[in-house]
Amino acid sequence: MFFVSTTKKTAVHRASVTAVAVGLGLVAVTACSSDSGSKASDSKSVTLVTHDSFNVSKSVLKDFEKTSGYKVRVLEDGDAGQAVNKAILSKGNPQGDVFFGVDNTLLSRALDNDVFEPYEAKGADQVLPQYRLAGGEKGVTPIDSGDICVNYDKKYFADKKLAPPKTLDDLIKPQYKNLLVTENASTSSPGLGFVLGTAAKYGDDGWESYWKKLKANGVKVVDGWEQAYNEEFSGSAGGKKAKGDRPLVVSYASSPPVEVLYAKPQPKEAPTGVATGTCFRQVEYAGLLKGATNEKGGKALLDFMIGKKFQDDMPLQMFVNPVVKAAQTPELFRKFGVTVDKPQTMAPKKIADNREQWVKSWTSLVLK
Amino acid sequence: MDLARSEVAESRSGKASRSLPGRWRGSAARLGLMALPVAFFGVFFAYPVAAIVARGLKPDGSWRFGRITEVLGQSDIQQVLWFTTWQALASTGLTLLIALPGAYVFARFDFPGKQLLRAVVTVPFVLPTVVVGTAFLALIGRGGLFDELWGVRLDTTVWAILLAHVFFNYAVVVRTVGGLWAQLDPRQEEAARMLGASRARAWRTVTLPALAPAVAAAALMVFLFTFTSFGVVQILGGPAYSTLEVEIYRQTAQLLDLPTAAVLTLVQFAAVGAVLAVHAWTVRRRESALKLVDASATVRRPRGAGQWTLLGFVLVTVALLILLPLGVLVQRSFDGPDGFGFLYYETLRSADGGAFLVPAIDAVGNSLRYAVVATAIAVVIGGLAAAALTRRAGRFVRGFDALLMLPLGVSAVTVGFGFLITLDEPPLDLRASWFLVPLAQALVGVPFVVRTMLPVLRAVDGRLREAAAVLGASPLRAWREVDFPLVRRALLIAAGFAFAVSLGEFGATVFIARPDNPTLPVAVARLLGRAGDLNYGQAMALSTILMAVCAVSLLLLERLRTERTTGEF
Repeated sequence: MFFVSTTKKTAVHRASVTAVAVGLGLVAVTACSSDSGSKASDSKSVTLVTHDSFNVSKSVLKDFEKTSGYKVRVLEDGDAGQAVNKAILSKGNPQGDVFFGVDNTLLSRALDNDVFEPYEAKGADQVLPQYRLAGGEKGVTPIDSGDICVNYDKKYFADKKLAPPKTLDDLIKPQYKNLLVTENASTSSPGLGFVLGTAAKYGDDGWESYWKKLKANGVKVVDGWEQAYNEEFSGSAGGKKAKGDRPLVVSYASSPPVEVLYAKPQPKEAPTGVATGTCFRQVEYAGLLKGATNEKGGKALLDFMIGKKFQDDMPLQMFVNPVVKAAQTPELFRKFGVTVDKPQTMAPKKIADNREQWVKSWTSLVLK
Repeated sequence: MDLARSEVAESRSGKASRSLPGRWRGSAARLGLMALPVAFFGVFFAYPVAAIVARGLKPDGSWRFGRITEVLGQSDIQQVLWFTTWQALASTGLTLLIALPGAYVFARFDFPGKQLLRAVVTVPFVLPTVVVGTAFLALIGRGGLFDELWGVRLDTTVWAILLAHVFFNYAVVVRTVGGLWAQLDPRQEEAARMLGASRARAWRTVTLPALAPAVAAAALMVFLFTFTSFGVVQILGGPAYSTLEVEIYRQTAQLLDLPTAAVLTLVQFAAVGAVLAVHAWTVRRRESALKLVDASATVRRPRGAGQWTLLGFVLVTVALLILLPLGVLVQRSFDGPDGFGFLYYETLRSADGGAFLVPAIDAVGNSLRYAVVATAIAVVIGGLAAAALTRRAGRFVRGFDALLMLPLGVSAVTVGFGFLITLDEPPLDLRASWFLVPLAQALVGVPFVVRTMLPVLRAVDGRLREAAAVLGASPLRAWREVDFPLVRRALLIAAGFAFAVSLGEFGATVFIARPDNPTLPVAVARLLGRAGDLNYGQAMALSTILMAVCAVSLLLLERLRTERTTGEF
């Protein structure tokens, strides 16, 4: 009897101890979160929500912090598609003040969902005309542009005494059979860009038959850019180690200069070249998030991102081109890169309307 | 003479004769133990996932269950579902086939370098899949070992996927099954032999039933892992193969088609739930008190040709399947532009012009910090849950057991997007908090802790506890003196798992990465995402460091085991 009652007490006691522990745990969690919560309640910091390819020099960031008086917090939210979708899901109660990295393939979706508070950045008039939005989209600022193009392995074509392809039409010629590797359009952004480029060039009815020919010509599709570029492509550093055997890959116009920049010792010329007639242009935008806690700071940051300092720093941090008149493309790009004169482009609205259907058709056409 | 079964009968009859106050006491204590795990899962798993599913199925205030039949009616979704299921079953079978001999060898044989090897087989667990894909292609892809030996290329076949799943999950079987196997008293099998049973029969009637719960637990975890496999399938199988996980990721993260994603998440739940039910049903009859001894008492050097052959077979398997792909990464990390050297490792220390605001090497510290916190959370939550589940459970508790396993079978992107729309109001606005990372990692770690500890905890003979209670020990003291010494080993194995899970976790970490605060897998993925020799080399070097950090941490954890015989109660 006595024995039972004491243990009863301990059982109750233990239960209450656990309850207290739960309470403490939750308190600890909230305490931890309050000091680093997603909304810095003080107006002295500004939060930039972006994707995981964002980069900036420390000194440039420090410069903004000094002149504006705001501390910058950067929050990277997965890849570009994921980051945009998360911004849409949390609209009205955003994770930060400014969003950077919505490109023309995703812009319409973000605008339709009313993610941004319209704001014209100071200096937006300095943006080169080809980067301004033609579709009357308002309230976001173009920040950078890049071209998705086929890269070729110079050594392979020199050894074979074969001229490298220049255009999309070249890629379906028999002499380039089984040479091209591209990415899955449904999960990879360069893969999607390449498909959109063909849709822009051959039109709504023609692009599928182009892909049929490309498939017949032995195009290989792998999951993502990393695998295509570092494993399958014979011209990249990683591909050489992995004995890659495809001398053509869908990558970026800036890839050859980057190969040079990260080689030791630096070669006299880039090991890879760009087929300039295969390019699709991507433009990335930034905007003020609706419901931002620090609207003023957000505006200051947008003004800064379109300013000369940031625009000059950007190319070697993210391997993209600046969009304002005053900004200089770095020497590395001029020396080892190419200028793409006539890239394929497409209005954001058209992309938004057709994207899903195109990716579906492409998947059943090329992968099945 | 069936020892295990007679004990079950005894404990069942024992349960029936327990007095009413005793039963009440048991359930109160159980509820107490369960409170924290239940709260944890409710807040950080059930609520977010339910919210994101509801957002998809109830877009404007009314439920639209019509979507379910609509989505399931699509033939490509059916194909995806079928492929996902059968590759997971095949992967699980193959993993058990290849890894069970390994579990035996690691549990019972003593050979030089065993501890190191046991840590190394867990290393695949922490590597980002994109890196593993690379390494595996060197084994089975173009110009790989198989290609050179036999002219066989397996990449973009289903075999590549299955083999990679074995590579990833080998350690799961070796650790969960081997952990229990090492503590089974060999004298029971010997007794059966003395009574005239053949070796095979003794194994079948004594050892196998005792091992069954651990084997089932391992199989369950491997199945859940392979069922939700993502990167491996995409990279090695090629984009033509698609799993449910990939489809959910596409619908959620790329297309923002929440209704479709919600239906697929429910399908995933249904499939995972069915597997959990089967598991519960097979194990319920099997878990029984066993005579556990200290692992050091059962290990010995292999004897005779048969045992040496077995050891040789296991070592060759490990060398081919695990060491070789890992070795490829190590080799590439030293293979610089001007011959072998430490160039890539040296460049990890500089921050200028790199992919981050900080030197890449800082990622080691970040990863370790997260892993320590995540392991602590997982061990506390998982330990409490396992203790609660040890007592002979009613239906409610079994449901709780299943709930704890679910995070392994739900895609990271579902949980992540769920966090985003639920944990967004003070006091629980965790969306950008560093704390979300170890929390999310612990969600995946807890099932490991539970599954590793439970077979051992349930095998502890209740009469020992009763004896302690009769001698005046409080339940807590009885647990400390009786259960704890026996489960300490399982606890450390579980902690090692949770640690490895955290080190290698990618999905949740990517969600809230700070450029000034990257973890190792995030840093590796980032470097691989940029062109250029130095970036590629640094990615390989960081992968090698990640392997070393994992192996060393696990070795240190193993060392924590102070040698104590189980004889002193």
